[in-house]
Amino acid sequence: MVTRVPPRSPRPRRGVRFLLTSGAAALALAAGSVVPGNPLAPAPQEAQADDGDKTTLTVAVAQSVDSLSPFLAQRLISTSIHRLMYDYLTNYDAKDNQAIPALATEWKPSADKLTWTYTIRSDSKWSDGRKATAEDAAWTFNKMMTDEAAATSNGSFVGNFKKVTAPTPERLVIELKEPQATMAALDVPIVPRHVWEKVGDFSKFNNDQKFPVVGNGPFILTEYKVDSYVKLKANKDFWRGSPKFDEIVFRYYKDQDAAVAALRKGEVSFVAGSPSLTPAQSASLKTAENIKVNDAPGRRFYALATNPGARTKDGTRFGDGHPALLDQRVRQALFMAVDRRTIIDRVFQGHAVEGEGYIPPRFKEYFWTPSAGQKLSYDPAKAAALLDEAGYRKNGAGKRVGKDGKPLDLRILCHATDPNDKAIGKYLQEWWGDLGIGLKVNCLDNVSDPWYAGEYDLAFDGWSVNPDPDFVLSIHTCAALPAKPKESAATDNFICDKQYDELYAKQLAEYDPAKRADLVKQMESRLYDTGYMNVMAYPNAVEAYRTDQIKSITTMPSAAGNIYGQDGYWSWWSAVPAAGASSGSSDEGGSSTGVLIGIGVAVVVLAGGGLLFAMRRRSTAEDRE
Amino acid sequence: MSTDSTPALLKSAPGVDSARTDGPAPAGPSARGPRSRSTTAYLRYAAGKLAGAAISLFAVLVTSFFLFRLIPGDPVKQMTGGRQVSTEQIAAMRREFGLDLPLWQQFTEYCGKALTGDFGTSYQFRAPVMDKISEALPATLLLTGTAFVIYTVIGIWLGARSAWRNGSFGDRFNTAFALTLYSVPSFWLGLLLIITLSVGIGPIPGIFPTGGMESGDASGFGYVLDVAHHLVLPVVTLVAVEYARTLLVMRSSLLDEMGSDYLTTARAKGLRDDLVRRRHAVPNAMLPTVTLLFVNLGNTVAGAILVETVFSWPGLGGLFYQALSVPDLPLVQALFFVFAAAVILMNTLADVIYPLLDPRVGR
Repeated sequence: MVTRVPPRSPRPRRGVRFLLTSGAAALALAAGSVVPGNPLAPAPQEAQADDGDKTTLTVAVAQSVDSLSPFLAQRLISTSIHRLMYDYLTNYDAKDNQAIPALATEWKPSADKLTWTYTIRSDSKWSDGRKATAEDAAWTFNKMMTDEAAATSNGSFVGNFKKVTAPTPERLVIELKEPQATMAALDVPIVPRHVWEKVGDFSKFNNDQKFPVVGNGPFILTEYKVDSYVKLKANKDFWRGSPKFDEIVFRYYKDQDAAVAALRKGEVSFVAGSPSLTPAQSASLKTAENIKVNDAPGRRFYALATNPGARTKDGTRFGDGHPALLDQRVRQALFMAVDRRTIIDRVFQGHAVEGEGYIPPRFKEYFWTPSAGQKLSYDPAKAAALLDEAGYRKNGAGKRVGKDGKPLDLRILCHATDPNDKAIGKYLQEWWGDLGIGLKVNCLDNVSDPWYAGEYDLAFDGWSVNPDPDFVLSIHTCAALPAKPKESAATDNFICDKQYDELYAKQLAEYDPAKRADLVKQMESRLYDTGYMNVMAYPNAVEAYRTDQIKSITTMPSAAGNIYGQDGYWSWWSAVPAAGASSGSSDEGGSSTGVLIGIGVAVVVLAGGGLLFAMRRRSTAEDRE
Repeated sequence: MSTDSTPALLKSAPGVDSARTDGPAPAGPSARGPRSRSTTAYLRYAAGKLAGAAISLFAVLVTSFFLFRLIPGDPVKQMTGGRQVSTEQIAAMRREFGLDLPLWQQFTEYCGKALTGDFGTSYQFRAPVMDKISEALPATLLLTGTAFVIYTVIGIWLGARSAWRNGSFGDRFNTAFALTLYSVPSFWLGLLLIITLSVGIGPIPGIFPTGGMESGDASGFGYVLDVAHHLVLPVVTLVAVEYARTLLVMRSSLLDEMGSDYLTTARAKGLRDDLVRRRHAVPNAMLPTVTLLFVNLGNTVAGAILVETVFSWPGLGGLFYQALSVPDLPLVQALFFVFAAAVILMNTLADVIYPLLDPRVGR
């Protein structure tokens, strides 16, 4: 039967069969049916529905936990979880960010301002039944003061502490080296002494082996699986009252689009985005059913920083900042040529507020706006005049040149990971180009090296501000400058201004809130005038949640504020489950259809396989003839 | 295939048509003659390969130390950036990580410890790096291993069929389809699958989870099903993007065999076409595919960073990305070493196995 053999004369039927085979393979691939077992798999989640009426709030997160030890944790995800696990001495009112009682019910300074006495509440219990006392707090602070490893995350809070004692279980006494106005803003989780004194090496203990973890916050950590989920259950005995949800789960979605998809599906109740949902994502979610987009005033400022001439504490100059920027008029002219309105409308697509003072408006007490006379409004003509006055005139080619005849060409440091930096960089090139100034936008994955080395002219800068502004103010003092050139230091932008420093020292020693706020505003005013650091925008925090799972949730500030990463536990503690949110609903909707479809796909594939097999048998049979 | 393929392999040696006793001793009965001599030759060959691998491993160990110190960025600055830290805290971290020591001292300490399997403690996670790696390794192996098996089988099978019917509509369709998928960015395909099959669009219901490896509330057999359920979409994505390579290699090496005389002989014996392909042509065309297979196998350890990210799979790819962005030196060094070691070991294994598959190799 020689004629049958040569492959070069395939009979049409064979071609069809081959095509079928390929098609089946392609179909199998596309239908995702190549792995056995999938049709049945929705079952386990469905099974959970029988667990009673447990309500679960699922939050999509992306950032990996660095450590669950409050002594080591540095990342937002970890410190947010610690807020839920442990009570701090004080908390911040969701309404207006004022310090309010937490583990401490009262705090008072001594007449000489150097001793603070805290009254510790008597109704806070650790989850293992023991009472939380002043001794736990004293032990926590003392550990941070004596063990370098325990100071890793919060050491800066105890830097000015001389002695911490607990004369009675209800009284905590902190003695200071210098007066410090921030004593109602000690964001340090207080841990149970009887558990933590057994820990040997604090630099290696991550608090993630034994569950549930003993705590006294509104939630108790019950389970943690690296990069998969973190689970906490409600602390029914929490002194402020039990949370309304029975369980909160932080589930990992490393890709923000995937997290948004999970929200649409109902797999998660809440998505924050890191740091925010993109304009496109929020636009698409706004029209989705049962989803509320929370376009909240953020806690960040987004600023244009100019290199004031990098130097060390003792005045040694280093780096290569452009000398023209040492002239205040040049710095102010540059900022006056920045059209903040366009940045808000085009780059942030409306999800930001135009910049004014250093501290964002959500912190009302400290929010400052420049007076009409001092405001550096967008005014290219005035900017050009200022530059002329400073001696940078346009040459024949339309370029501004200095007295030395060199054209004014600047560089700006941009974070390659931040699309806003890149977009605004383009605008700056255009606006400053019109003024006759050249700009090179230098986008890097890692800006910290040139930054610390002072090798930049301008930079995109931004910080997240705390209810107590001390830290973001401290990073512009002369004391924050590095000891040696290029060494890392607390300074943000090498600013060292005598007037600013004097005001800083005064506010830190001012225990009267109103007077202190006034001093802080004076600092902001001074900073604004120097032109070293001008805020372009306060970006919003855009986040979204499912209204069919969360009925209500407290934002911070409560009138209009954010949900994720609050300075307190208000959002998760206050969240009220929606009627349909009882167990399972936070997972898959329509799983039973899923099972049916899955089975359907499996049947189709099996049938296809069977058909192929049958055809094969037939041809084999022919071959045997 | 071992029993089946041996005769085919022996027949193979295209170009070496007679069994000469000397010379490059192809195959067939001649190989059986000086068995002890060939065994020693093989052992010497294998030992050479193993020694080469050991040297490569050491070179990787040294490279990994210096390579990642070239990345711009200071780990301590990067980790403390944007946080409230004092200068003392920064100095303390440097001391703790040993970054205050001179480079040569860091290097000798690293080498000394690495030789005993201790790669140090991760900067950002404060845990022994080997613990972090062994935590993420199973997830990666499960994902890439499953995908590897599936795309290898599909690739070889479709590749062989395509070559056998080359030029036909099926071949063209098949190759074009595979190449199209091959050129699709995996994260994009992954997102499409999430939108269609996880969330559901129109009449298509969302039947698969959006991400992660488990729901976190199943146990026992339910847990296995749960993980399998989560595994489907990432595996499909990986297979779709990867199978083209195996397919193309298989197809072209089989095409090379197509005109061979031994196939005509086989047909002349009256063998069915399928048998000619399966027993005679395919085994001979397998060698290049086996090479690719081992390379792929070595790469499975490195994970698939994009697919792991889109599907939030807690594997090594994601860990490597996090380690690089700090840079978390002990962790990147160890991961780099593990990834390279996997490839080196697999290549060595391939080298060692070749002579068993094709006696021409290694003489």
